[in-house]
Amino acid sequence: MRIPVEHRQSAHCENGAVATLLRCNGIDVSEPLVCGIGSGLFFAYLPFLTMGGAPVFSYRTLPGQIFSKAATRLGVRVVRRKFREPGEAMAELDRVLDLGIPVGCLVGVFHLPYFPPAYRFHFNAHNLVVYGREGDRYLVSDSVMEEPTELSRADLARVRFSRGAFAPYGHMYYVAGVQGAPDLARAARAGIRQTCDWMLRVPVPLFGIRGIRLVGRRLRRWPQRLGEKRAALVVGQIVRMQEEIGTGGAGFRFIYAAFLQEAAALLGRPALEDSSREMTQIGDRWRAFALLASRIIKDRHEGQETYDAAADLLLEIADREQQAFRTLRERAG
Amino acid sequence: MEKDKVPQHDMGLLDGHAEVLYAVDEQGRYTQVHSTGWDPKNAALLQALEWMRERLEEARRRVLAGELSPLAFHMERRMMDPKLLAEYAGVSARTVKRHLDPRGFASAPADVLARYAQALDVTPEQLREVPAAP
Repeated sequence: MRIPVEHRQSAHCENGAVATLLRCNGIDVSEPLVCGIGSGLFFAYLPFLTMGGAPVFSYRTLPGQIFSKAATRLGVRVVRRKFREPGEAMAELDRVLDLGIPVGCLVGVFHLPYFPPAYRFHFNAHNLVVYGREGDRYLVSDSVMEEPTELSRADLARVRFSRGAFAPYGHMYYVAGVQGAPDLARAARAGIRQTCDWMLRVPVPLFGIRGIRLVGRRLRRWPQRLGEKRAALVVGQIVRMQEEIGTGGAGFRFIYAAFLQEAAALLGRPALEDSSREMTQIGDRWRAFALLASRIIKDRHEGQETYDAAADLLLEIADREQQAFRTLRERAG
Repeated sequence: MEKDKVPQHDMGLLDGHAEVLYAVDEQGRYTQVHSTGWDPKNAALLQALEWMRERLEEARRRVLAGELSPLAFHMERRMMDPKLLAEYAGVSARTVKRHLDPRGFASAPADVLARYAQALDVTPEQLREVPAAP
């Protein structure tokens, strides 16, 4: 049994899964549009969390929020389920598939057989769409892969119940219905407003522009406070969060610039093209930061001088983002 | 970033796959472009893998020196800590820690060892052994 689903590769798993499910319900939106409507772009410094021995940095909102916000703003009704054990979770998946409904699943990547081995960490917020079943094999549209893949029932159950932080507990989601005709322009505007608010106005020093500045200030002191080796590991973590977690390059900033191009047309506001260009330039500065950081990572740098340059670059990026989101807020109306 | 500047620094980390980046074409319009890798990103991942390799070698050394049980080696090999292994094996973290000690491990019940083995993707026999070299 195979539900007709068009597989499209995307940069980021949540954007891709959402776009796939929306497409199956007659709403054909690109990854950048999903990401923008879902207010996915963010920055967070979470020193109280650890991944691979280093603190967590995030360039996006919490897992699941792109989907929730996009669904709400597009008038899409969704059903979400979690389970205590794999038997129930697989039974419910089968039931919904048999109704001809493709199902999004949250999974951990550690036991995901088709994932490149070097990327199989204990990371649990990965999204894929199941769109069919042939005997023991489930048909999977995992949007970070170029082509559709398959999973055995045992493997799918295993990844749906991976353990650790953000353990999925068989979390699955699907579209139950669409209320009226989605107003893409209105959704895009709402998405922009929220992203600007979060980046500019969250009163917590760990988030948004303030978060970028905080990391810049701290980074300068890491060699003294943490020692060379650990400082380099933390810097490496920033680069991984910026570039490895399927961000489309520069911590979602390029995806966001692509979104702003689409929004310019949708909203009939050519000034958003300027915002798009500004966001591209900002993305380029993040990439420059990653290049500088890589010298620290590879231990081919000039000590404090390089850390200072990296810190200065982060402060420059913070200033640029602050300016860009302020003007974006005005231009979007 | 422009389309023709999208890096293709393939270090085999993507196992023959390519991921999607967003870059602008000649008209300044955004489009998806495949990338097989980028040097800073490869460097960061390799750094993380090297960090894990060092931890694994340290665990191996300590097991061979009799300071830790073989469980410590296999746990590290799967990048787990006691808490995560406990969750996968269905025991308490305290139990795992007890079994990281060589004497604790020696008196671990067979069914608990079987759970560890399954959680760590090894046989119970392999669980008791640690290769002397990588």
